[in-house]
Amino acid sequence: MSNRSWYVLGMSLFTAALVLFISLSFFVDIPLDTKEVQQLAEEKNEGLAKNLSKAPYGSIVNQVNYLKVSFDDYNQSIKDQFGISEQKADQVIADLGEEANRYDEKFIENNFDAEQVKLVKGGTSWMIGREWASFEEFTKNFRWKVQDINQQIAEEKGIPASDRNDRLFALLYAGTPAWLKSGWAAFLIFGLALLGGFVTMVPLLNVKAGIQHNGIYHRKRQNAMGSAWIVFAGLIGFYIVLYHFAHFIAPQAALLDPLADKLAGNASSQWFLYGFLYTISMGLMGFRMLLKYKGNAYQQVRTVSVFFFQVVFAFTLPQILTRLQMPAYDMKSAWPLEYSFFFDYRIKDYLESGDLGLFLLFWGIVLFAVGVPVFTYFFGKRWYCSWVCGCGGLAETLGDPYRQLSDKSLKAWKIERWLVHGVLVFAVGMTALAAYTSFTGEAEILGINSYSVRSTYGFFIGFVFAGAVGTGFYPVMGNRVWCRFGCPLAAYLGIVQRFKSRFRITTNGGQCISCGNCSTYCEMGIDVRAYAQKGQNIVRSSCVGCGVCASVCPRGVLKLENNGSVQFNDNPILIGSNSVSLQN
Amino acid sequence: MNMEHGTVIIGNGIAGITAARHLRKHSKGRIQVISAESPYFFSRTALMYVYMGHMKFEHIQPYENWFWEKNRIELVVATVLSIDPEAKSLSLNTGETLPYDKLVIATGSATNYYNWPGQDLKGVLGLYSKQDLELLETLGPAPSEKDSNTKHAVIVGAGLIGVELAEMLHTRGVHITILVREEVFWGNVLTHQEGKLIGEHVAARGIDLRFKTNLKAIKPDQNGRVSHVETEAGERIDCQIVGITTGVKANIAWLGDLPIEKDKGILVDEYLETSIPGIYAAGDCAQVRNPLEGRRPLEPVWYVGRMMGEALGRTLAGQRTAYKPGPWFNSAKFFDLEYQNYGIVKPVADETQTHYFWKMPDKEKFMTVAYHPESGKFVGVNTFGIRLRHEYFDLALRQGWQVGEVIGGMKKANFDPEFYKSWYSILVADFEKTTGITTSRKLILTNLFR
Repeated sequence: MSNRSWYVLGMSLFTAALVLFISLSFFVDIPLDTKEVQQLAEEKNEGLAKNLSKAPYGSIVNQVNYLKVSFDDYNQSIKDQFGISEQKADQVIADLGEEANRYDEKFIENNFDAEQVKLVKGGTSWMIGREWASFEEFTKNFRWKVQDINQQIAEEKGIPASDRNDRLFALLYAGTPAWLKSGWAAFLIFGLALLGGFVTMVPLLNVKAGIQHNGIYHRKRQNAMGSAWIVFAGLIGFYIVLYHFAHFIAPQAALLDPLADKLAGNASSQWFLYGFLYTISMGLMGFRMLLKYKGNAYQQVRTVSVFFFQVVFAFTLPQILTRLQMPAYDMKSAWPLEYSFFFDYRIKDYLESGDLGLFLLFWGIVLFAVGVPVFTYFFGKRWYCSWVCGCGGLAETLGDPYRQLSDKSLKAWKIERWLVHGVLVFAVGMTALAAYTSFTGEAEILGINSYSVRSTYGFFIGFVFAGAVGTGFYPVMGNRVWCRFGCPLAAYLGIVQRFKSRFRITTNGGQCISCGNCSTYCEMGIDVRAYAQKGQNIVRSSCVGCGVCASVCPRGVLKLENNGSVQFNDNPILIGSNSVSLQN
Repeated sequence: MNMEHGTVIIGNGIAGITAARHLRKHSKGRIQVISAESPYFFSRTALMYVYMGHMKFEHIQPYENWFWEKNRIELVVATVLSIDPEAKSLSLNTGETLPYDKLVIATGSATNYYNWPGQDLKGVLGLYSKQDLELLETLGPAPSEKDSNTKHAVIVGAGLIGVELAEMLHTRGVHITILVREEVFWGNVLTHQEGKLIGEHVAARGIDLRFKTNLKAIKPDQNGRVSHVETEAGERIDCQIVGITTGVKANIAWLGDLPIEKDKGILVDEYLETSIPGIYAAGDCAQVRNPLEGRRPLEPVWYVGRMMGEALGRTLAGQRTAYKPGPWFNSAKFFDLEYQNYGIVKPVADETQTHYFWKMPDKEKFMTVAYHPESGKFVGVNTFGIRLRHEYFDLALRQGWQVGEVIGGMKKANFDPEFYKSWYSILVADFEKTTGITTSRKLILTNLFR
């Protein structure tokens, strides 16, 4: 069979698995009258449970609509029961007898139930003693406020808006039929996807040790053209669903119910599903790296390393910590990449979790304050970015086919420096605000709200930049968009690497032929050749030490080194000529 | 007013461009570079990677396009028809006349044809210029084309360009036969053992090698395209492409009857000045009148072009700098096998050098170390599949180390990536056993590892 046939066969199997996976959201009936759903619904209210027990059978999309209507109904019933009825409002207005200035605290206390008084005062105090153009003006505002207050009551006693997606997820997860949770469906779907992936790699089994870059620039899918945009849209869509519409993938999460139960003793969740997909993607594409870099020990060892840290530290250990009722911390994830590490709720969590909790807190602090500078001094930032980090790990495996797409221009380098250090400043500032808030309890400093800064960071940096852009842009801007332009930890590691590290890429005398393979395949967009052709060591803050420049060099010019003491030789020296010596 | 014409450089290859860059570093004067091949400088040695889809053409251009304007290096796209040294001007194919104050000829090489019958047929080409690459695209299969009419190519000459062309066409599914004049691959440069191993490496990639075989004639089909070749032994090999890779010659035929001293190339002195004052030559087309010991008059390789450009750039800027190359070095790649060379390793050992050959058991990693039979002085090394540090051997050759010292310190010469299997202790043990020479470690006082 030809290479192309293997690829087509493998991609067909993979696509079949993907279609099966996605179709769970559309073609699987999720009953809502099951015991589990009833139990969950009854926790809130019998009426809600009764309503759900009458739910028709249907797929997720139907059930989400039905559930939303049920939640609305339930909240309405809360308003009816505890809220200010329309008759009551009419009566109050009538009691005022066209005199708005009679509306005061005393009036409120006399006219509303004890439970309502506080809410009414809170919502309408601004109306007391105000000049109104007319009594109509007053009543109009009063009725609006009544609606607000009722909404507030529904939020408090009913199902709050912020809770809706989680409840939808929980109910749909509970309703997912047992056959999907048995483990067999997961085995079939993920097995088929992995099988497809492995089939595409069959041609790599036969290659001889060497550079496997033939035809990369002849394929649209690796050149930000054609199907690259489908992958782009798919990845971005996945992150949007994951962060904002996770209930639509409740059945997919439920596929992993047995695994989550074994590891964490919990139900699965969208985050468990995400972690699982992340890990198997790295495993599959990491296997591809092992084949692609046959005979290249550096590439193979570091690929095994990132996969090890993903499986053990990112995926498994947090589940075990959860089982032990400990904070589920990914112990390799260092602040400020782990940007919420110093948030008050997390600190509280560690402090309340006994010795192990204290250890985790201590570990996290030592990791960023001592581990990062010390390891970076000896090995360069690669010890983290291309040996340990999860984002880096995915970039080096799943993202490897796209590494050539990074922009090498001087302009891109300028943007990179502003952006990545900007995010670092943002992360440090946000953490300082969070620390201030947790010590003083004050949310506002100089008019800046600590919580809104956090949520801004969480949305724009956590979700948009690191997630959707970071992974979604693989097929169009290369595999290290986040690491290069956004990661605050990379910026921090980079500063240490640039100014205080033994690590550098050395160039082999005068052997460079300026071919450009090193620059082209640098995922961080470093113009490696610009240094190599001058015989200059490469000491760049962004270099993650993936070693691909050295691997692809056809003349053996580049070598990653961290021997000896810290050395900076910015003098370009091309060995081989006596015409020009160092002195001139 | 005396308009400044400045320096005009004919040819934007590595020699011409390096001269322009170094001139700009040390001078504010006007610089013009003329080329018809490509508006911007590109790495000639990387053309193969464009064909194989490793890179796009823009990737093999080492400087971004704004670089030239920013450094006030004017790029002129034209062919020079003739030089008028009296009027100090060039006549261009655009009809213009371009005056100069100083002139640099850096026109590189051209494919060397040996007047074979049929060498002008459609389907016959060399591999040197960007245009050769474009021609190859029209002659050979498109990327991932299935049923191309181009099924077979014959490559004449097993040198560095020959093996590149073979690798290129191989990636497009073309069957390849290489006609090798010598008994082994690149036998006029490599030792017999090395050539044999390289031949095995190349053959293992599915390339058909015909040793001791010479081309007699190239025959056309009814459309005037190549249909087959005939060898001197009378064998017929069907093919649609014939690659001529039997070496290059200085690209100087275009000079016509210009009264400039030339031999195989344009003759230059140690300052790279030709017999006409104010006209210089550098790179492949320059022939050094009195080469330094261990160097040849014509050395058509990338590194020499660059070193000449460095020296010439300074001279042009008024800092008269002689071209003084250090110990010879070179590199290449045969499919997946990297080759580096430092110093002189002759194809056959003689009274000036003894060869010690070492191969790592079961691996395609081997090297030949050459040393003087009587003095024991190290004279050169060829290494295959093992990366060695240029600085180490440059120092050893300049300081005249003993071979035992070179071998003994090999750990410091290793340039392989981390985690690669270490080889030096095996080498040292084998060297001592085979040659009976004791190794020792030289105290290196220079800052070798930057």
